[in-house]
Amino acid sequence: MVEELEQAIRAVLPDARLTRDRFGAELVLHVARERLLPTMALLRDHPTLAFAQCMDICGVDWPAREERFDVVYNLLSLQWNRRLRVIVRAGESTPVPSVAGLWPSATWYERECWDMYGIVFDGQPDLRRLLTDYGFEGHPLRKDFPLTGFVELRYDEERKQVVYEPVSLTQDYRNFDFLSPWEAMTTLPGDEKVHLQRIEAPKS
Amino acid sequence: MSLSLPPPEDAPRRTVEVDSHTINFGPQHPAAHGVLRLVLEMKGEVVERADPHIGLLHRGTEKLIEHKTYLQALPYFDRLDYVSPMCMEHAFALAVERLLGIDKDVPERARYIRVLFSEITRILNHLLNVTTYALDCGAITPALWGFEQREHLLEMYEMTSGSHYHANYFRPGGVAKDIPAALPEKIERWLAQFPAFLDDLEGLLTENRIFKQRTVDIGVISAEQAMAWGFSGPCLRASGVPWDLRKSQPYEVYDRLEFDIPVGRHGDCYDRYLVRVAEMRQSARIIRQCLDQMRPGPVKVADHKIVPPPRAEMKRSMEALIHHFKLYTEGFHVPAGATYTVVEAPKGEFGVYLVADGSNRPYRCKIRAPGFAHLQAMEVLSKGHMLADAVAIIGSLDIVFGEIDR
Repeated sequence: MVEELEQAIRAVLPDARLTRDRFGAELVLHVARERLLPTMALLRDHPTLAFAQCMDICGVDWPAREERFDVVYNLLSLQWNRRLRVIVRAGESTPVPSVAGLWPSATWYERECWDMYGIVFDGQPDLRRLLTDYGFEGHPLRKDFPLTGFVELRYDEERKQVVYEPVSLTQDYRNFDFLSPWEAMTTLPGDEKVHLQRIEAPKS
Repeated sequence: MSLSLPPPEDAPRRTVEVDSHTINFGPQHPAAHGVLRLVLEMKGEVVERADPHIGLLHRGTEKLIEHKTYLQALPYFDRLDYVSPMCMEHAFALAVERLLGIDKDVPERARYIRVLFSEITRILNHLLNVTTYALDCGAITPALWGFEQREHLLEMYEMTSGSHYHANYFRPGGVAKDIPAALPEKIERWLAQFPAFLDDLEGLLTENRIFKQRTVDIGVISAEQAMAWGFSGPCLRASGVPWDLRKSQPYEVYDRLEFDIPVGRHGDCYDRYLVRVAEMRQSARIIRQCLDQMRPGPVKVADHKIVPPPRAEMKRSMEALIHHFKLYTEGFHVPAGATYTVVEAPKGEFGVYLVADGSNRPYRCKIRAPGFAHLQAMEVLSKGHMLADAVAIIGSLDIVFGEIDR
């Protein structure tokens, strides 16, 4: 089934960059930002592809990369009973073309991506925050955003209103390192830490 | 909320008389089904614009999951769509199994148990939706009757998983434990009376003049529109698209079971109700078949790096003890990869886009909630309808904020 889809895409887009995920069971199409809109229009309208539904759009953050974000589109073709994943790369200041003109369902997904990652969608007329509070600052799903956030809410009895305050934790967030710290017979992930911290035996 | 620039100085001025006012529907309105804030622009009593403001129940589930092991992430799924918990768990368990490459090894009995409880969950969900929807339209009795039935089903949940709602029962590699010996008989007894209950429920609603006046031809959406807006589940089927993941992309043992996919024709609120009632009858059929076809056997994979060893073994075997300790502290490592795994949840296509980086925690876990797409179409559905119809439309979409806000 994945092979059929791969052939169908190759027939329409001969230079498509396709990879497989999950032991070859899921097909992923990588597209450059500039070519996103024409490619998506083709995927939606070409009769042998007919991806009429855009089920999900989400961001993934890879902070070490130069263009740190992936925007992932999960498309579904009811006619052919196929799924395809399209991945576009984006940086913090490089906008991704909006696909809301192709699938109206994209609007909220793109708003969520903007809200959670700060990915800008070019041509999206309604790029408001979606899930976070009114007046929220920052993009919470970025890997460099702390789990606890920066502010917390409480009701102020004197001012008779809800107020924001900087987070104060009675206990710091504990991040456990599960890679084995012990030296073993074979080289296991984490062994390098033992080698690094080993104190040299005194030379006598 | 909208921000507009002032017109340039030389622009011709014109005065527009706007006879509209804005209504804040929710977040404390009982018919908002949770914490929906719907900003309605009204012209008289007719809805001109509907702008749902969501996120009042946003708990950062996706962020939390990134900081938990795969096993610890599972209970969060119960708390997404909290009226159909096990179906949410199902999607995550399947996604993890597929990334681990053990999806073929899950024992037969575990698959049947999962399907059995998925369908119990479907009935649970539809009972809540149909009856509270009737409540929105002015009928109180269905809710009273339906909640009694729900209580029987939740007792089955409790017998099996130990919890009424937040079951944490489907695990990567199978289910947490086998069903109790008394459960099949209890289900049989319940199944014997359920069709009669559904007939009673339908007797109250299906041909009820008031209910039909409130729902027929309200919130109509065509098949093309429904597809473009990313609809799935009963809302898509009510528009006449025979699409059900249990049939079209079968998972677990659905391909061995006989059931029909009810499809509506008009795509209005009434059809969405009818599809759900018909689905409950089909689910009862599936439950019966599961009970008949289920055979004794293991309910988890044999790999104790993924599922805990039996407690008795831990008392004797050092290896089992180590496995248990490592599983509940470090958890298991999932090889790098990504999957978009879906199940046909009661509300529609519930998907998990899971990215693993080879460590013991998910790198990214995006939850695709069916209600998110449905609520987005609220403006299309309610434009030109009366305010009271907006209530009926929200009810018919089966909105639960746990999954929409995440």
